[in-house]
Amino acid sequence: MMIRIDVQTDNFDPGQLTNAAHANNLATGAVVCFTGYVREFNQGSNVQGLFLEHYSGMTERALEQIATQASERWPLQNVHILHRTGQLSLGEPIVFVATTSAHREDAFNACAFIMDYLKTRAPFWKKEQTADGSHWVDGRASDQQAADRW
Amino acid sequence: MLDVLFFARYKEALGQEQLRLDWQDDWATLDDVRQHLIARGEPWDILQDKGIMCARNQDLCSLTTPVEQGDEVAFFPTVTGG
Repeated sequence: MMIRIDVQTDNFDPGQLTNAAHANNLATGAVVCFTGYVREFNQGSNVQGLFLEHYSGMTERALEQIATQASERWPLQNVHILHRTGQLSLGEPIVFVATTSAHREDAFNACAFIMDYLKTRAPFWKKEQTADGSHWVDGRASDQQAADRW
Repeated sequence: MLDVLFFARYKEALGQEQLRLDWQDDWATLDDVRQHLIARGEPWDILQDKGIMCARNQDLCSLTTPVEQGDEVAFFPTVTGG
């Protein structure tokens, strides 16, 4: 079982990371990946860009703990969590999660669990830039509800 | 001594991201520290925010988590990553 955590300002290529997640492991039958992107419309505003603040140190620790929890619940082979910070442009990827397993159901569930936990437990904060200025994004009750199902 | 960190909206409202406080013997939980700061008046009342989250030594915790001298604690708004 391998866990890889990256917190970085640099952009990334989700396709390349998807292929890398398989890691030529012949026991792997399923690779499930999620990529989140900067979207142009959110909570009633036209977004022009995004700034992501985080709690350096705790962030890496929190992501590692979430990946470990997932690996304790499902028989996984690889978990890769990458999250960007700093200034991001419209249409750029923000977050990437890959889970690999022998069977799809475990990989699907683990990937959804990781995203739901990441959204409610990892110390990141989004500040949206719009034509009317910038504002911090509010947390959503629906994200907490999604995490509570696990 | 206790290090207290603030992030995002709180950091901006307070005009600082880190604070070192002299340890008070009557502090038992993170909420005691939070109440101590709120008692300073504006702009510290932002820590009364309903969606406040906190961490002790870089682990997510609740306001009722015990706090000890030398800890690093952090108060922040509901996280919005992903």
